[in-house]
Amino acid sequence: MDLMNPSALGIQAQNVKAWFGAKEVLHGLSLEVLPKHVVAIIGPSGCGKSTFIRCLNRMHEVVPGARMEGRILLDGEDVSQHDPVALRRRVGMVFQKPQPFPTMSIYDNVASGLKLNGLRSGPQMDQIVEESLHAAALWDEVKDTLGKPGTSLSGGQQQRLCIARALAVKPDVILMDEPCSALDPIATAKIEELIYALKKSYTIVIVTHNMHQAARVSDETAFFLMGELVEFGATSQIFTNPAHKKTEDYISGRFG
Amino acid sequence: MDRLFRALTFIFALAVLALAALIAFELYRNSVLSQKAFGWSFLTRQIWDPVEEDFGALTFIYGTLITSALALLLAVPVGIGVAIFLAELAPKPMSEVCAFLIELLAAIPSVIYGLIGIFVIVPIMRVQVQPFLIKHLGFLPLFKGPAYGIGLLTAALVLAIMIVPFITTITREVLMSVPREQKEAAMALGATRWEVVRMAMLPYARSGIAGSVFLALGRALGETMAVTMVIGNSTHIQASLLAPGYTMAAVLANEFAEADSELYTHTLIEVGLALFVITIIVNGIARLILGRMKVAPVS
Repeated sequence: MDLMNPSALGIQAQNVKAWFGAKEVLHGLSLEVLPKHVVAIIGPSGCGKSTFIRCLNRMHEVVPGARMEGRILLDGEDVSQHDPVALRRRVGMVFQKPQPFPTMSIYDNVASGLKLNGLRSGPQMDQIVEESLHAAALWDEVKDTLGKPGTSLSGGQQQRLCIARALAVKPDVILMDEPCSALDPIATAKIEELIYALKKSYTIVIVTHNMHQAARVSDETAFFLMGELVEFGATSQIFTNPAHKKTEDYISGRFG
Repeated sequence: MDRLFRALTFIFALAVLALAALIAFELYRNSVLSQKAFGWSFLTRQIWDPVEEDFGALTFIYGTLITSALALLLAVPVGIGVAIFLAELAPKPMSEVCAFLIELLAAIPSVIYGLIGIFVIVPIMRVQVQPFLIKHLGFLPLFKGPAYGIGLLTAALVLAIMIVPFITTITREVLMSVPREQKEAAMALGATRWEVVRMAMLPYARSGIAGSVFLALGRALGETMAVTMVIGNSTHIQASLLAPGYTMAAVLANEFAEADSELYTHTLIEVGLALFVITIIVNGIARLILGRMKVAPVS
């Protein structure tokens, strides 16, 4: 716990700046994500949405030449003080394209994070795998084919498999980087339902290109433009009564 | 013009196939005497008596297989380890320079490896490695003395040094072709660097790595000069790896000039035929694996 903010839970980003090489892509962003809320980040391509959430689990810094400044607090603790490996076990991530491990079965994909934590195969692992697949709304579709390769599933199922994999290690936060951009509308609807259900237990930050999706799944919405935070507030307010002209232009489809 | 070009290249392509077929045919045709005299038992008898003209190739087959297998055993962990380091851990300029140097190693003529074998590796084996093995593992038939320096193990070591570049070069390349997203997926689960390699990279690259190992095996099976110089050229099979042995390629190189009778010549060519078949099979497997290198595409 940070002594300065004894009651600070969730995520607080303070003046976050990020670079790729010499190019500054985030120009000092601050925003707060309350625990068990869903925050959607919207904005045109290249506005720094993905970079921002990749700062939250320190995935930004794995890109050669990339660095960040500013403070990000997770439950009051500065993430830069964490071991990045330990941090990422608390902050799960789901990517734009489903990334199941192609040589692993459905079961092993879900269990992969557990094995990293040193859990041995056995009834306990079976149970967590089943719970995670239930939580990702995939269990009924795969319960008889757990030994099949993860890549044998459809795109939408693969993405839910990846969500199950992220859930299995029981993170506090789940970051989703345009998780539906490679999926069809039906698969997208399933993931959105899932996000709604997951909100009960997890803090979620989702990057999306799809304004309707942001409106449907999130409690708060942040609008990014060219590496700056233009507006941040309750989703209902952003979409019905935005404070900034640029936000209004973007959500009404005038650019982006 | 286009048609002419097509016809011409087609003929060239056919010529390559014809050449391979011709080699196989000539090896077969020039070994019929030996095939008639010894039949299939040629492959299973270890007698090698040029005076009585009684021949069997088992010693050479054994020597070829055992030195190649041992060489793989030594070279695979090292080759893959170096490749992991270069692909994942080393700074990029260092990785590029090392990869270039390692590719150069593959281009060094094998007689030079043989010379290094004789003048550097053999003395080390005789004075240090083999006495150590005899002292500590001598109770196993595999490591019975005396320490000659030359022998199967030394040949395997020289071969291992020669094939590491093949394994490293290809493995580094397939590891570097693992998509960044796959590595990030492992990292995002909280994988350490080594865990990313183990979980996301090696499995993804496994068929490419297997292909590199088979290519290296193909090279080891057929390697002649360096092996001939350090293996000891004994026509008897001995249990000890420290004892001298012989390989198929080595016996061809050593004895073709002495083959004074037709049967003797045919016998040597039959050894060549057997080696040809073995290497074709191994390389065929390698191509098959490399051809199927692509893993099921992700989504």
